[in-house]
Amino acid sequence: MSLSRRLTYREAVREAMQEALRADPRVFLMGEDVGRYGGTYAFSKGFLDEFGPERIRDTPLSELGFVGTGIGAALGGLRPIVEVMTVNFSLLALDQIVNTAALLRHMSGGQFSVPLVIRMATGAGRQLAAQHSHSLEGWYAHIPGIKVLTPATIEDARHMLWPALADPDPVVIFEHAGLFNMEGELPDIDGVDITTAKVRRAGRDVALITYGGCLPKALAAAETLATEGIEAEVLDLRVLRPLDTAGIVAAVAKCHRAVVIDENWKSGGFAAEVMARIMEHAFYELDAPVARVCSEEVPIPYAKHLEEAALPQPEKIVAAVKGLFA
Amino acid sequence: MIDFKLPSLGADMDEGVLLEWKVKPGDTVKKGQVVCVVDTAKAAIDVESWQEGTVAELLAQPGDKMPVGTVMMRLLAPGEAATPKVGAGGIEHVPPGAASPRKVGAGGIEHVPPGAASPRKVSAGGTAPLAAERRRISPAAKKRAAELGVDIDQLVGSGPQGAVTLEDVEKAAAQQPATGAQPAADRTREMRQAIAAAMSHSKREIPHYYVSEDIPLARMLAWLEETNAQRPMIDRLLPAAALLKAVARALADYPELNGHYRDGAYQPAKAVHLGVAIALREGGLIAPAILDAQAKPLTKLMQELADLVRRARAGSMRSSELSAATVTVTNLGDQGSHGVFGVITPPQVALVGFGRIAERPWAENGGLKVLPVVTASLSADHRVSDGHRGALFLRSLADWLQQPEELAR
Repeated sequence: MSLSRRLTYREAVREAMQEALRADPRVFLMGEDVGRYGGTYAFSKGFLDEFGPERIRDTPLSELGFVGTGIGAALGGLRPIVEVMTVNFSLLALDQIVNTAALLRHMSGGQFSVPLVIRMATGAGRQLAAQHSHSLEGWYAHIPGIKVLTPATIEDARHMLWPALADPDPVVIFEHAGLFNMEGELPDIDGVDITTAKVRRAGRDVALITYGGCLPKALAAAETLATEGIEAEVLDLRVLRPLDTAGIVAAVAKCHRAVVIDENWKSGGFAAEVMARIMEHAFYELDAPVARVCSEEVPIPYAKHLEEAALPQPEKIVAAVKGLFA
Repeated sequence: MIDFKLPSLGADMDEGVLLEWKVKPGDTVKKGQVVCVVDTAKAAIDVESWQEGTVAELLAQPGDKMPVGTVMMRLLAPGEAATPKVGAGGIEHVPPGAASPRKVGAGGIEHVPPGAASPRKVSAGGTAPLAAERRRISPAAKKRAAELGVDIDQLVGSGPQGAVTLEDVEKAAAQQPATGAQPAADRTREMRQAIAAAMSHSKREIPHYYVSEDIPLARMLAWLEETNAQRPMIDRLLPAAALLKAVARALADYPELNGHYRDGAYQPAKAVHLGVAIALREGGLIAPAILDAQAKPLTKLMQELADLVRRARAGSMRSSELSAATVTVTNLGDQGSHGVFGVITPPQVALVGFGRIAERPWAENGGLKVLPVVTASLSADHRVSDGHRGALFLRSLADWLQQPEELAR
């Protein structure tokens, strides 16, 4: 692997898990349909044959149960990767994630750490209706004790898993379902950090601050804006907790205008937190009020045209940016 | 209805820039109350109103540059009823009953659709004076303007809703002449121009004559030393205060030296509002007045002098102090020259100058001794007084300075 090569997000996630399973016998994968079926999204296709049922474990439909089992395995010295099919079902496991995994180090006075990785799909856009279209990563980012990653590029999908497994505390990885078929260049790099935001497109006039499934939309908007003479910088947050405030401030200080884009609803959503950081740390750099493009405040509709209308789209981002100029 | 006009805050002022209103429509204004802050070539001045009333309308907006005499605000005289107006700048009326959409019907509470919450309006019959709208200036623009010395009040905003943006500031900065980039430099140049205009006017219009007199100060200084020995440092009297007080007292007998000459006629003033020339650190000078100096005990005069110097240098003067002076004193102090023959500040008719107080040989009664002496001078307007009277005034000034106990009162 000495040259960059093209692959899909799906392949990148699969390779990352395969590499970890091969490299460390403590790593195992557990979740609904990960074994015999090869994974709901085919992330673990062929794993059962290669690693056997001890390390590729199909679970019953009980998120509370198998996430709790993962916590126990981590406490016992293993390095579990627990796949929760989607963030929608993770609500059943909230008690294990928030009350147990996130807090055990604190509650035990530092005696126990939980080196657990939980992966889950998030987001809307595939006509799966309201109950299967949530973007609740902002909820998890609220909780001290866990780290929250949102890989949105091929390289992050390929490389974020390893540092997440190496982390002594629980790490939750949100993979936006709209990205799985995205194909792109995987640069020839050894790895990535899980602490900083990254500039995905350099610009000077406005900072588009986003993460996850909205990153390609922000990049598309930036291309449209460039044809009209507005050079947008696109900042991929990558890590929602701990949030890279310095990276956000640097982008705002450079462009003096900012639009925050995410698939949360505005009220109490993650974009609000980013805007608050800007107010706190970069107020005097602002040349216009900070704007945001989020999902409409409705349950995500099933009908295609309504779903599209409810979600952030490149045209909405372009319009929001133009609103910051006269 | 009373018109409040931009007053002239000195002979050298013909326009000003409104910086800030200190009152808003509906406020009651008392005589002497500071109603706004106006920037002149010399300083930002707190402008007082000499009329009582209720603010009906603010006509000038902060940032407006206007000539002296411009109507800036309208006041309702006490007892005068407000005439309600409709439209911009006027008073908004809310029709009775329009206050709330929430109605109680026969069957109980009617359903109010979400989002139709009661609009914010003043209750029926009330008035809602329009607050002066805050200008939209982006935080980055404000910060950059301060760095570049750009007067943001003069800019037209190009951003959303007319907001002044970073680009507006940088464009304005690029258009500023290189020498005028710093506000301090600007102020100095403007002040120089203002002084030039006033002094040229004075020398062109006023036929000056000059007289001078050496005044021994041994008694006065001895008295000051004795008095100060009994006072805490902060209350000590400076010779300058005694000189000012002596001028104020002596002028009581020379009304032709204390007043204003306007439109070919002289108007003597009843009180002595003593203009004190104060050199400013960044160059130039300003001559605010100590009001009713003749009636103030020396201790009070001293306090006011100290306060005036401090405020003049901080640039926070009141309009009455700048326009009221009936005569000016210039004191070149300890570092100055032997004597000074000054230029009269129009529309005043006299200027008293003091050189430095220094020990000099003094001949008296056929003998020679060494005394502290000051050279006092008078520059006066020959249209109003003659040299003979001027000389008598200086004689009287010398006499007052020999009676420190009297002066102290």
